[in-house]
Order: sequence, then C-alpha cells, then structure tokens
Amino acid sequence: MFLPFLYELRQRGVPVGTQEALALAGALRSGLHDSSLDGFYHVARALLVHSETHLDAFDQAFLAHFKGVESAGLELTRELMDWLRDARERRDLTPEEQELLNSLDEEALQKLFEERLREQRERHDRGERWIGTAGRSPFGNAGHGQQGMRVGGTGGRQGTAILQAGERKYQGYRDDVVLDTRQLEVALRKLRAFAREGAPDELDVDESINATAKNAGELEVVTRPPRRPNTRVVLLMDVGGSMDPYAALMSRLFSAASRATHFKELRTYYFHNCVYGKLYATPQLTGGTTVPDLIGQVGKHHKLVIVGDAYMAPYELSIRANAQGHYSPEGLEGLVWLMQLAQHFERSAWLNPEPPRIWPGSTIATIGRVFSMFPLTLEGLGEAVSHLTKGRTPRGISARR
Amino acid sequence: MTPTSSRFRGTEKYLSSEGLQAAVNCALTLQRPLLVKGEPGTGKTLLAEAISESLGLRLIPWHVKSTTRAQDGLYVYDTVQRLYDSRFGDGDVKDIRRYIRLGPLGEAVSSRERVVLLIDEVDKADLEFPNDLLHELDRMRFRILETNEEVVATHRPVVIITSNNEKELPDAFLRRCVFHFIDFPDTDLMRRIVGVHHPGLDEELAEQALKVFYELRAFTRLRKRPTTSELIDWIAVLKANGLQSFKLEENLPFLGALLKKEQDLMAVSEAFGRGRRTRA
Repeated sequence: MFLPFLYELRQRGVPVGTQEALALAGALRSGLHDSSLDGFYHVARALLVHSETHLDAFDQAFLAHFKGVESAGLELTRELMDWLRDARERRDLTPEEQELLNSLDEEALQKLFEERLREQRERHDRGERWIGTAGRSPFGNAGHGQQGMRVGGTGGRQGTAILQAGERKYQGYRDDVVLDTRQLEVALRKLRAFAREGAPDELDVDESINATAKNAGELEVVTRPPRRPNTRVVLLMDVGGSMDPYAALMSRLFSAASRATHFKELRTYYFHNCVYGKLYATPQLTGGTTVPDLIGQVGKHHKLVIVGDAYMAPYELSIRANAQGHYSPEGLEGLVWLMQLAQHFERSAWLNPEPPRIWPGSTIATIGRVFSMFPLTLEGLGEAVSHLTKGRTPRGISARR
Repeated sequence: MTPTSSRFRGTEKYLSSEGLQAAVNCALTLQRPLLVKGEPGTGKTLLAEAISESLGLRLIPWHVKSTTRAQDGLYVYDTVQRLYDSRFGDGDVKDIRRYIRLGPLGEAVSSRERVVLLIDEVDKADLEFPNDLLHELDRMRFRILETNEEVVATHRPVVIITSNNEKELPDAFLRRCVFHFIDFPDTDLMRRIVGVHHPGLDEELAEQALKVFYELRAFTRLRKRPTTSELIDWIAVLKANGLQSFKLEENLPFLGALLKKEQDLMAVSEAFGRGRRTRA
C-alpha cells in the first residue's frame, strides 16, 4: 500500500530502503498509526527520514502522493466505505432511512468526500458543508446530516497531516539551499572534520606493560601525547563587486573560520575578482603577500579553500599582472596565477555561492576546470570537505610560464 | 510487551507534540534506538527523563564527551589498578573480573529489568564512535574479551540518542534509528510550556515575555538565538525580582539570561534601544 510512496521518496532524494520499508510495515501492523493519515504521517516520518535535511523532501513527497485521488487506497477511505456498507445491511433502520441510504451513490459520495477534503484548509466544526464535527454536511462526526458518512473518531482532523506537510516548515533545513545563518554554524562545524581524526590517546598500556616488564616488575607508566589537529588551511576569499550580494554571508563565514581553534594554521587572504599575483590581508585590499611568496612559504599539504563566485567578464581572466598585482605586459594572466595555486596544493576546493545551474558557459566553467568547484550549500560544503580530506587531486592544466 | 500498554504520551512536566509521541512509540514498539535532533534548549535530554518517568523505568545517562570511546560505554579494564595491586600486593590480582568496570551501555545491557539508556550528544565524540556502537546497539550483547564472558540483555533497553548536529552521523547508524527532529515550539505550545514550568504566572507578564522572546528570535543579527530553557530561566529571574511589566522598546531587564554573547547584547541594545527596528 505504501510502497509507491517509498519510491516517490527515493525519487526526491530521501534514501529509503528495504530496512525502512520493513520497519514501517512492522509499525503499521502494530497499529501505531491509529488507522489515520495523520498518524501515518508521523510514523512514516519517524521511520523513513533520518536527517532533518530530508524533512522538506518528505513533506513534499507526502503532499504529492496523498493529496491526489490515490488517497482512495488509504485506510481512511476504506474505513469509511466499510462503514457505509455495514450501514446498508443494518436492519434496525426505518424504511425512510433505508431508502436514503440506498439513494446514495457510493462512488459519487467518496469522490465528493475527497474533493471536499482537498478543498478544506482547516479544522471545521458545526457547518453545513465541510468535513468536521457537529454539522449538517454529509460528512462528519456527531452531525445531523442523514445522507452521508460519518468520519470515524479522529476523522475530523484527517486533513491535518496534509496541511502540516503543506506548511513546508522544514524548508529551511534542506541541504541543497544556499547557507543561511543557522546552517553556517553547522557547516563550520563540519570543517572540524578536517582536524579531528581519531580520539586523543591517554595511557599507553602496551608500552607501560613492556616498560614494566623490562624494569623487572617495577611499575613504569608510559604515556604518549594526545594527537593534535594537524590541518593547515589557506583560505582565499573574493571581495569583488559581484560578490557584494554575498558580503554578509562571507563576513560571517570568515569571522567564524578565524575563531575556529581546530586548525593548526589558518591563513586568510582576500582578492578582487580574480587572483592577480597579489593576495591581500584585509578585505580593503591592503597588506598581504604575493602568490610566489605564499607558494614558497606554505607546503603542498596545506589545504587550499577559495570562496568566490568566479563570475567575471572573460577578458578579466587574461589580464596580465605582475606579482605585485599591478598591470604589466610581462606579468602572468589571471588564469595562470590560479593554475599555479591549483598546482602547488595537493588538495584544493573552490566554493561558489552562485547556483550551479548558471555555471556552464561562463568563466565559472573555465575556473571549474582548474579547481574542483562546489556550491556554497550545506551539501556542497560537505562534498568539498570530503574532497579535501581525500587523496591528492591531480587537477589543473599545466601552468604556462 | 504489548504495544498499546506502554505508550508514551508525555508527562505533566514534559509536553510533547504528536510527531514526537509517534516517534517515541515507534521506537518502543520496534525496539530501535530513537535519535533526537533539534536546536539546543528544545528539551532533547529531558525527553529521556520524561520517557523513563512515564514508563516507570530506571534511567541510565551516558554523557558523551569528545574523548569518549565506544569501549568506555561497554566496560573498562582497569589495567593501572591491577598493575598497582600487583606491585603493592593488595587484593586478588588473578581475578580479572575485579578490574572490569561496566560502562553505561554495559550496565544497561546487563540490567535485570528494562531500563532507559540515554546517549547524550553522540555527535560530541569521535567520528567513528557511532559506528563502533552499531553491533552492540543492534544485538544488545557484547563480549568482555579479558574474561571471555558474554553479556546479553534480558530486556532490550530503550535507547534515546541525542545529537546537536556537530558532526554527520554515519548512514549505517542512522538506518537503525527512529529519527525525530524537535521543532522549535510555536507560541501556543510555548505558552503551555511556560505554564507548566511557572504555574500561576501573571498572564500579562507571560504574554510580554513571550512577545519579547519571539521578537528576539526573529532578530536576524543574533549569533546565538535564545532557546526555550533560556526563556524559562529568564521568566524565573523576572519573577524573582517581582517585575510586573516592561516594554521591548525600553531597556530590557536581565537580558543576560536570554542573550549569552556580548555582540548580541550590543546588537539588541543598538537596534531596539534607539527605537530603530532593523528586522530583516
């Protein structure tokens, strides 16, 4: 009954498998959902979703799947139809009542019910039309409508699961949306995955036993130092004009990154639009170092993270500049400076706040061939982190000198 | 265990939403661990206490730290003590069992009655920590290597796991859990929560406090937004000082209970103090 729903979920990127299906079946068999769509929504959400980033996709799938006529397959309607059939067989009704019941077209009634259910947007009591309690509508609970169906005990609120799903209140937690304040905190914690690999060690038991044995049974306690974070990061950040819309996001990212204590070393530099030899120490483009100096100072094991939109006029990639960042016909083109960086560092990643759909066909695609590029979203950042922690990345076209 | 007899419906002190109840009941019926996530201060840890209270089961808390290893939860073999004892000749060194100390998970598994095990802030520990627990949580049994004894649970403990999202949890681990994300309570629920914690609170004061609280939460420049537990603390401070009413535009009393960062305090006084409302 709910299998198509699982496939709907898979289509929307919620990873559900056999284990989830079995768990859900078990829960439904134990009656955890109280035979209601509402209960089903909560139970299914608890069992099928494993991360708040999938809650929105779940809500959408639920909406798409259960809003349509397919809801006929649900317990809800079956329960109603059973009731209706039962009622026809009852002998204790007056002839008029019997006639009324027979005058009802089962299918038409069911259709009408579903239509109303879809139209109805809120809980409803004491009315003439909507599904609810104490009303004259053909559908409802404790009502006066003789010609119609009663919606079982908890029925008055059947609409709520759909409504709840319709609110889409987990939209903010989707992992493919560009980072906002809350997610930034989480994302930065993810950066910590760089540094913490393996728990810090305490007493070295083996060595202690060894040493004690060598010491003729005289106790000799050996300890070893805990492992320290060994990640060195070079962070380059675009403060070009086209980055202005992301200025607030960037400043948060950087203040948070500089506060982070889990890197052994963090160097932060700024550039404007594209790297032209010079890297600046401040967003106001003062001070700083040059690309040749940086390459000389830091080893290839540093992880290079560049944040920028990589979006510019194509000619800006080929402006020649010297190491001081000044225009010079003998200097290197912007793209070549980038290639030098990409070649020097074993692991590098470019985070781009622009949505991936505008990447192809612009300078973003060009730079994307030099650096592995990731969207600046929770998902993208996660990919970038795993990319950075993996092995060396043979990237970048050989730099021309 | 019959599924209907031990259903969780929240307690007097702990108000829970339908979704949360459904998740807890799923975990109880299917005997799977319940993974609870949510903003800090939404009552993730309290949930375990509420469950143990409403089901009348003993609670074994395991507060995970960054140095915690999965092995610590099962048992610790106190080699140093044994070495010392062998050196100074105290007690029976040959009996290894004397030097095996059960951890919280070990205690929960070996317990004769059903217990509630709270694994608090599982994400604080090392990345591999949840993976190391997979088998033990699945089977509820483990082997003490030093004595070659196997500990098997007679009653599967109810396992509640909380996470603050500091680290991604591995998929294999997530697959075995029932998941619930605690929403931030809306105004109505919050009013009830405040009512539960501060019965007989002056209504006007409660309304004002709630208004200020949600205004502050909507204020986007805050680095750390105030949470439920901070609101409850704040109201307690207000009550203790006999305050009756105040306005958001004026200087807010005891703001330190709500805002914990200097920058936030400054941002708020700047934005609200001068009557400028810069809300995005």
